[in-house]
Amino acid sequence: MLTFEKRVDDIPRWLPVATSIGSVVIAFILSGIILKLIGGEPLVVGQFFFEATFGSWPVFSDTLVKATPLIMVGLGCAVAFKMKLWNIGAEGQFYAGAFGASLVVLVLLPMFPTMPKVLVISLMIIMGMVGGALWAFVPAYLKAQFNINEIITTLMLNYVAVLWNNFWIFDRWSDAGFQMTPVFPKSAWLPRLADYASDYRAFSGITLHLGVIFALVASFIVWWILERSSWGYEIKLIGDNPQAARYAGINISCNIILALMVSGALAGLAGMSEVSGVVHRLQERISPGYGFSGIIIAWLAKLNPFAVIPVSILFGALILAGREIQPSGLPMMLQGFIMFMVISSDLLLRYRIKWTTTNK
Amino acid sequence: MTQSKPNAVEMKDMVIRFPGVLANDQVNFTLQQGEIHALLGENGAGKSTLMSALAGLYKPAAGTIKVMGEAVSFNSPKDAIAKGIGMVHQHFMLVPTQTVTENILLGLAEPKFFMNLRAYDQKVLALQEQFGLRVSPTAKIWQLSVGEQQRVEILKLLYRGANILIMDEPTAVLAPQEIEELMQTMRAMTQQGKSIAFISHKLHEVEMVADRITVLRKGKVTAEGYSMKGVTKAELARLMVGRDVVFTVKKKPRQAGKVVLEMYHVQAENDKGVPALRGVSLEIHSGEILGVAGVAGNGQSELAEIITGLRKCKGSIKINGQEVSNQPPIMAIKRGVAHIPEDRGKVGSAPNLSITDNSIMKNYRQAPIGDGWTINFLSAHTHATELKAKYDILAANVNMPARKLSGGNLQKVILAREISTMPSLMVAMQPTRGLDVGAIEAIQHLLLAQREAGAAILLISEELEELLALSDRLAVIFDGRIMGILPNDDQISINQIGLMMTGSKE
Repeated sequence: MLTFEKRVDDIPRWLPVATSIGSVVIAFILSGIILKLIGGEPLVVGQFFFEATFGSWPVFSDTLVKATPLIMVGLGCAVAFKMKLWNIGAEGQFYAGAFGASLVVLVLLPMFPTMPKVLVISLMIIMGMVGGALWAFVPAYLKAQFNINEIITTLMLNYVAVLWNNFWIFDRWSDAGFQMTPVFPKSAWLPRLADYASDYRAFSGITLHLGVIFALVASFIVWWILERSSWGYEIKLIGDNPQAARYAGINISCNIILALMVSGALAGLAGMSEVSGVVHRLQERISPGYGFSGIIIAWLAKLNPFAVIPVSILFGALILAGREIQPSGLPMMLQGFIMFMVISSDLLLRYRIKWTTTNK
Repeated sequence: MTQSKPNAVEMKDMVIRFPGVLANDQVNFTLQQGEIHALLGENGAGKSTLMSALAGLYKPAAGTIKVMGEAVSFNSPKDAIAKGIGMVHQHFMLVPTQTVTENILLGLAEPKFFMNLRAYDQKVLALQEQFGLRVSPTAKIWQLSVGEQQRVEILKLLYRGANILIMDEPTAVLAPQEIEELMQTMRAMTQQGKSIAFISHKLHEVEMVADRITVLRKGKVTAEGYSMKGVTKAELARLMVGRDVVFTVKKKPRQAGKVVLEMYHVQAENDKGVPALRGVSLEIHSGEILGVAGVAGNGQSELAEIITGLRKCKGSIKINGQEVSNQPPIMAIKRGVAHIPEDRGKVGSAPNLSITDNSIMKNYRQAPIGDGWTINFLSAHTHATELKAKYDILAANVNMPARKLSGGNLQKVILAREISTMPSLMVAMQPTRGLDVGAIEAIQHLLLAQREAGAAILLISEELEELLALSDRLAVIFDGRIMGILPNDDQISINQIGLMMTGSKE
């Protein structure tokens, strides 16, 4: 008989890593089985999947381009989750960040058209992060002041953010009646490797942009905050036992607001990086659900800022493959399976599974 | 026994064990029909355990239970209620969004799928009339006061036909006038043939309502079925607290210095908004231990929390001459107030964080551990390792999560952490509760060492022996008031303390 036994002893260090990797592997296997059942060729699809995402430098660069916003959003979720604040609103904060960055280009830049690129990009970064942070401030304040469930408020604000952007791109900033703003001037574009193709032929057609560096730097900073700073210690303490944190003299309300705003700022940075590095304008559907993927990514990475990077690359590949594979529902199914597996694998961390023979 | 009333319940030689604890040791208890029988004892004396066995929640390891003369064995509360036994727990089990009647009917076979609630409202009303338990049947539970919710719990049992009611500290959550109403209800119920087992540790309430009394101490009966008429309060206090165990702690003579803590007419409410401190004034000098004796729930927790900034209050609190009332906890920490909280798991430590992380909770903002922005985890590790060695904390290493420590070792981590901040005032709440003898001694010696180092110590405890062994002066708290402060010398009388603990003035 199969029995579950609660773990009393420490979880071995390798186990969370193993369950995360195992979850992904099992999700792939299950998807393959379903593909086979409906008459597909899992191995062929698998090979195609690999080639379309990791097969060559240009496609790998595309994968990294998709991974860039995912890393930032995943980090944002990790910061909030570490404090047991369930920020489900990264999607909305992403849009708010994209809006904030666009504000710089569409309002400020026309007033000072000669602004140097470095200044434009810096302002876009700041405004993108401020946008995301402010979007997160609303649920954060409600949580800190009135203990209103942040899951609901952050989730609801996602829809508001999308509609808010729609208002501007449909009405105020519409480019000749289309549902998008005009293309940003070049000074608001993040540099891409392809821009240097005239000097290095190998870079021709490589879309990888500076945002990926932002993402990597952000990973390091978030790791430093969580593992080395006093604030990281306070986040850990609040996350584990808010009562003990209060007893240790920590202001919980302040930290709720701060953590959610940092979480939102990271999602906002992702929005900035996307409009400035990829889309070059504000338009509808700039995110294929990055904000929601960020939740799974943070969880799969066990809230480790460095683990967020490879996990995001995997999810970037899934998004990219969605375009290449027909039917494109397959990567969605894979994502679903992965999430399902990750959540259920938590069982293994809390329980030990034992075979017991019953003597009759 | 001159009375010929049959016994409603007879429990004989009850033995109940929990892992590592003998909760009831050969306990006898008889409940006569139509009487209120009080079970008196300190926290952890085994009162609730014994009654939970009667209500079918625990299975005894040994012993027999007879209900109305018939031997029974309960596997669940359902079996107990079938025999007419019901228990009103300290924590109510009601559905807040449903009405009184709906809660009463919950889980019953009748009514079936279609409910004619109004008819049942009438039935509930009739039951209320009978016992004087007023509460609107159509009110939703969340709209009711705690006292009214308790009435719903009692009605639930009466509706199910309970003849034997067990009430587990029913007055703990009630306001004084509600207590009076509850007692009237209890008398009305016994007049109509119900029998009540009343668990309490408040002597004056027992005196008001009980017919007979059984006293438990540390799992054993110290007085079985005494009639309330023949017993004095002082005698009961002694039976309840006991005084056979005498700790031998060597204490140097008192060298009290300047006043560290001054409280003047401090008032505070508990979590439920009921006044818990009603004008407490006291002062503690450096190098002195002021013990606070009292039965749990008379304002001790609130007293500790207002000094450490965890609870709002009215009145004046001065630490080293500076007014500190209603300032956030961080200010108390900065002023050198250490706090050993009542609940070491829920308040004093973060269970999943390492011993290191737990040991720097109070000083991570200061050098050498931190500079306000960063934490030097190397110094933190050194700090924790030093504490581990100095305070003899038994743990494989300091990276172990705190939850894996035994109670005594966890308490040592907390104490080590608090002492390492070199406090000028230490608030210690039940510092030795639940620990084994060795750990108790270690903790007590640490407290005395702090006293000799010149700290002012407020020691709140329910263990009178401990207070007598450690304190220089002893304050007795009752119902949010200090009943008196006695110098702890040869003249001190346990009887007098016992009486003060139950509400008599000095």
